[in-house]
Amino acid sequence: MTGETTGGASALLRVRGLRKAYGDRVVLHDIDLDVAAGDVVCLIGSSGSGKSTLLRCLNLLEEVDDGLVELDGVDISDPRTDRRAVRARMGMVFQAYNLFPHLSVVDNVTLAPRKVHGVGRGEAEARARELLDRFGLADKADAHPDRLSGGQQQRVALVRALAPRPALLLLDEITAALDPELVGDVLGAVRSLAEEGTTLVLATHEMSFARDVATNVCFLDGGRILEQGPPEEIFSHPREARTRQFLERVLTERA
Amino acid sequence: MSPTASLTPGGAAGGDAGGLPEAWQPSERELERRRVRRAMHRRSLAVATLTTVVVFGVLGAGLVSSPGWETFQEYFFDPDHARDSFPAIWAGFWLNVKMFLIAEPLILVLGLALALARQARAAWLTPLRLLAVLYTDLFRGIPTILLVVLLAFGVPALQLQGVTNDRFFWALVALVLSYGAYVAEVFRAGIESVHPSQLASAETLGLTRAQTMRHVVVPQAVRRVVPPLLNDFVSLQKDTALVSTVGIFDAVFAARDYGSYNFNDTPLVVVALFFVAITIPLARLTDHLQKRVAERERAGAR
Repeated sequence: MTGETTGGASALLRVRGLRKAYGDRVVLHDIDLDVAAGDVVCLIGSSGSGKSTLLRCLNLLEEVDDGLVELDGVDISDPRTDRRAVRARMGMVFQAYNLFPHLSVVDNVTLAPRKVHGVGRGEAEARARELLDRFGLADKADAHPDRLSGGQQQRVALVRALAPRPALLLLDEITAALDPELVGDVLGAVRSLAEEGTTLVLATHEMSFARDVATNVCFLDGGRILEQGPPEEIFSHPREARTRQFLERVLTERA
Repeated sequence: MSPTASLTPGGAAGGDAGGLPEAWQPSERELERRRVRRAMHRRSLAVATLTTVVVFGVLGAGLVSSPGWETFQEYFFDPDHARDSFPAIWAGFWLNVKMFLIAEPLILVLGLALALARQARAAWLTPLRLLAVLYTDLFRGIPTILLVVLLAFGVPALQLQGVTNDRFFWALVALVLSYGAYVAEVFRAGIESVHPSQLASAETLGLTRAQTMRHVVVPQAVRRVVPPLLNDFVSLQKDTALVSTVGIFDAVFAARDYGSYNFNDTPLVVVALFFVAITIPLARLTDHLQKRVAERERAGAR
């Protein structure tokens, strides 16, 4: 049953036949996905299609019910995997920012580098301030998250995920909770990450962003990857009727 | 948990959605993974058992091998004395339970009233609010045992007309006054934890402040503070023992009475067991409710 066909030999992340069910409700069927270093993979599809669950499975927040998830050729879906070691190499940003409200921005960013990766405070803070500066947050470093706008908070969350230099960054609809005029800030930040070669897997509703930035787009429907390919192919010549339907609906809604 | 029970469509990724339905069978890898998970589970079970046995074994051995263990045992764990003192303690303990059952509803009413008085915002209610603040500051500050002594001995000494001199009554009043102040603070914390947006929504619907409290804020607050309230219940149940200080024949007094005649304190241990027997179920209930609240608040925020 599980597709054992090897994808790109250099795949950073390799998913084969992944299945996830909650009781009798199967939310992911037989997912195959390859992510090479430097790829930007956009997961699109309506709410409930399984995008978020897939990301949570990749990050081992959810236990998979079958199939294989490999990071750098190592099976991380094995129960004996050291989850913390995997997460040390994989960053994740959530829709609701999830910044720690009791810590200042710079402390939010330096927490993992200092406590997980053993970087000294001085070095961690220097890197944090450099990243914050890059994302236009230099003057917010010592503020607490609740003093920031949603867009600023989400950029801090991005910086927090980036600070430990992850090999792979997972972004779960990170602009879905933002005001429309703040979405641009965050997408701009993601775009610059993509351009400098950060490996990204992101679930998104921003179709024009996916079209511009993705190297690979996956359309999820009912827990399956119904269609995947380069953005120009998916957006201009979708093979599946469901994909066409979905794109027509979201594109006219946005117009 | 029943992987073979669900009948779900299978098929290669990228295939058409309406593929032939086909029963999903766990792969070899998944079966192996389940075996590993079971083995890991067994191992953690074994570790838990072993550490528990060792820790409790060492504690028990340490206690039994202490130099005074023999005398200690005679003095506190004498089965004959336990049996002899049992009826008097049983009778006394019923008084503790009765006290708890009468005091608790009064405390809840008083506590909620105080908390609401403190939340009053109308200008003319200012004296009420100040009184509530003063009350909690005062009665939370005085040790309950002093309050019991002061009221149970002090009020009768005033020789007031038409006021009972019953020490049981005044000891009960002391417990209600003291715990009322604590419970008021618990309710206040609950009321203040209700998000301001709830007040705003109630206001925009045109509800008065009293209506807002009654129909929106208090129901949410009460639900949230049930666990800490139960914690205070447990504490009150134990503190009914304080009335023994003013010569009321409760379980503790009965035990001390027996002990001083027979030069043996086994009855104190018996009383302790009585209290534990009643507070443990209360504590488990508290844990259970706390877990339910936590689950409810986490729901949807995965």
